[in-house]
Amino acid sequence: MDWLLLAEFSIVGLLSGGVLALIALGFVLVYKGTRVVNFAMGEFMMVGAYLFWTTHVFLNLPWWVALALTLVGIALLGAVVERFVLRPLAGQPVISIVMATIGLGAVLHGVAEAVWGGANLSLPQLLPRTPFMLGEILVPGQVLWSFALAVALIAGFTAYFHYSKGGVSMRAAASDPVTAYAMGIDVRGTQRRTWIFAGVTGAVAGVIVASMTSLSPTLGTVALGVLAVIILGGLDSIAGAIVAGLIVGWLESITVAFVGGQARDLVPYLVVLVILMVRPYGLFGTRDIERL
Amino acid sequence: MRIGDFHASYRHDEALFDTRVQRAWFAVLVVALLAFPFVGGAYFVYLACLLGIHLISAAGLNIMTGYTGLISLGHAAFMGVGCYTVAVAERAGIPFYLALPLAGCASAVIGLVVGVPSLRIKGLYFAVATLAAQFVLGFVFREWESVTGGVRGANVPAASLFGFELAGDQRIYFLIVPLAVVMLLGARNLFRTRVGRAFIAIRDRDISAEVLGISLFHYKLLAFAIGSFYAGVAGGLWGYFFRVATPELFGLPLSVFYLAAIIVGGLGSILGTILGATFMTMVPELLRAMVGWAQALGVQDASVFLASIRQVVFGLLIVGFLIFEPHGLAEMWRRVRRFFHLWPFRT
Repeated sequence: MDWLLLAEFSIVGLLSGGVLALIALGFVLVYKGTRVVNFAMGEFMMVGAYLFWTTHVFLNLPWWVALALTLVGIALLGAVVERFVLRPLAGQPVISIVMATIGLGAVLHGVAEAVWGGANLSLPQLLPRTPFMLGEILVPGQVLWSFALAVALIAGFTAYFHYSKGGVSMRAAASDPVTAYAMGIDVRGTQRRTWIFAGVTGAVAGVIVASMTSLSPTLGTVALGVLAVIILGGLDSIAGAIVAGLIVGWLESITVAFVGGQARDLVPYLVVLVILMVRPYGLFGTRDIERL
Repeated sequence: MRIGDFHASYRHDEALFDTRVQRAWFAVLVVALLAFPFVGGAYFVYLACLLGIHLISAAGLNIMTGYTGLISLGHAAFMGVGCYTVAVAERAGIPFYLALPLAGCASAVIGLVVGVPSLRIKGLYFAVATLAAQFVLGFVFREWESVTGGVRGANVPAASLFGFELAGDQRIYFLIVPLAVVMLLGARNLFRTRVGRAFIAIRDRDISAEVLGISLFHYKLLAFAIGSFYAGVAGGLWGYFFRVATPELFGLPLSVFYLAAIIVGGLGSILGTILGATFMTMVPELLRAMVGWAQALGVQDASVFLASIRQVVFGLLIVGFLIFEPHGLAEMWRRVRRFFHLWPFRT
């Protein structure tokens, strides 16, 4: 075994897991806040990336104005989705919620294809490309910077949840909506905010992924593999999402290096099947206790 | 109007068709189905065959998801198993009347392999496990080239009975549609038995069902196996109908299509399966026809947008039905029937 190769692919894999963790954070936010698994997360990423393309490349605005407009747009989308799709479905069985978000994904996918066309577009390189040497190991600059960006965002959200009043009220509403409501917390407002945050993380992840590869309506399929990440981490644990994102990024990279590229997309799903056999509620998820 | 229907005995109460009118309508339906390929146009016969396959598969998914509450995002992969089984069986010279049950059984066995570890979990986690199964099976279809032909796919020879080839839509119709009728009746019948009732009990409250002495593991596995069997048979028919098995046919979009069909039709209802599968099969065809008209009226780019329009309509149908009519078309039909129940005397 080539140890240097292993180390190199391990580091690149772990770093590229940062973006996966960011996408996972979007899923976990929505699940913690509203008990909804957002199968349309990939489409949020895709729409975010397209909004950024429209404002930055098409309208030629500077990148920070474009990013701000993108985030505002995706926040609006999140709020609209919460109000008109998920709120009427509150309290419905799991299958309704799953199918509603899948249907939402189909709508967003279809609209994006109609508006921006099915062809591949490309975003300019946003992150510096200068590689970074770690001893003997070469780390591509984009991967490193996207990792740093993901870490910063995740840290920001974590701090928000722990120290700000809005974050604490979101946690309260997530853990017990009825009590939170009785204590005067605007539960609907926090749920709307949850969706907005999820949209924002999704859009940022989408822009990163699109600027590293290319932009097409199928950009969102990345997110399905990430769904595996979340199941690994347990759906309601931010720490779990991060760890699982890193693990899957690492495993994918190792698979590409030692097995071959065609098996790459399969890895998260195989890992999921194995983990679910051993620990049905994921690595960090809380175990539900049911009573009659 | 329905009168004189008193259900004087248990036999009568449990009957599949409980009035003479219903039996008469069913006879009319059978005759109509027999005559259809000779009077309907080629396009409609093709649609009927496609619909028959969709009906069988959707019925299987409804047994799993609608009646037992196991959400499967991997139904299409199990159809794929059936389709490839038929391709392999035909290569080995096995006739279709053996190959189709074999396809169902192969699918059921794969279902058991996936089901044994997955059935410890439920709800969302189970859905994601079946999603994983979908991708793993799709990978197998793509990569196991010696059996599945890889990305190019495998050809399926025409089904033949004593040298008579069931090639062409009109002939294969007489394989697909009767089988669909039998399997739908079978599904309907299932829920008059202990097994079917156990499925419903598990869906409604699994812990209560277990307290009542229903072995959760046993019955969930059985539901999974039956649902996969239906998928396998449908997949086998798909093979005989389209004569080819390729990996991308049996991807996630098809699984989602069947889930959409049973949601639009009505979860936990065989009538809903029929209505939903029919509706969802017709919608893309209708959209295509509408795009054709739009083009005839001078809208130039109409066909460019067909794929995206289809997706948007598909998504809107799912979301709309979930929000406004969660019990689906079956409930709408029931409401119409209730209105005419005593009409014109009381409405």
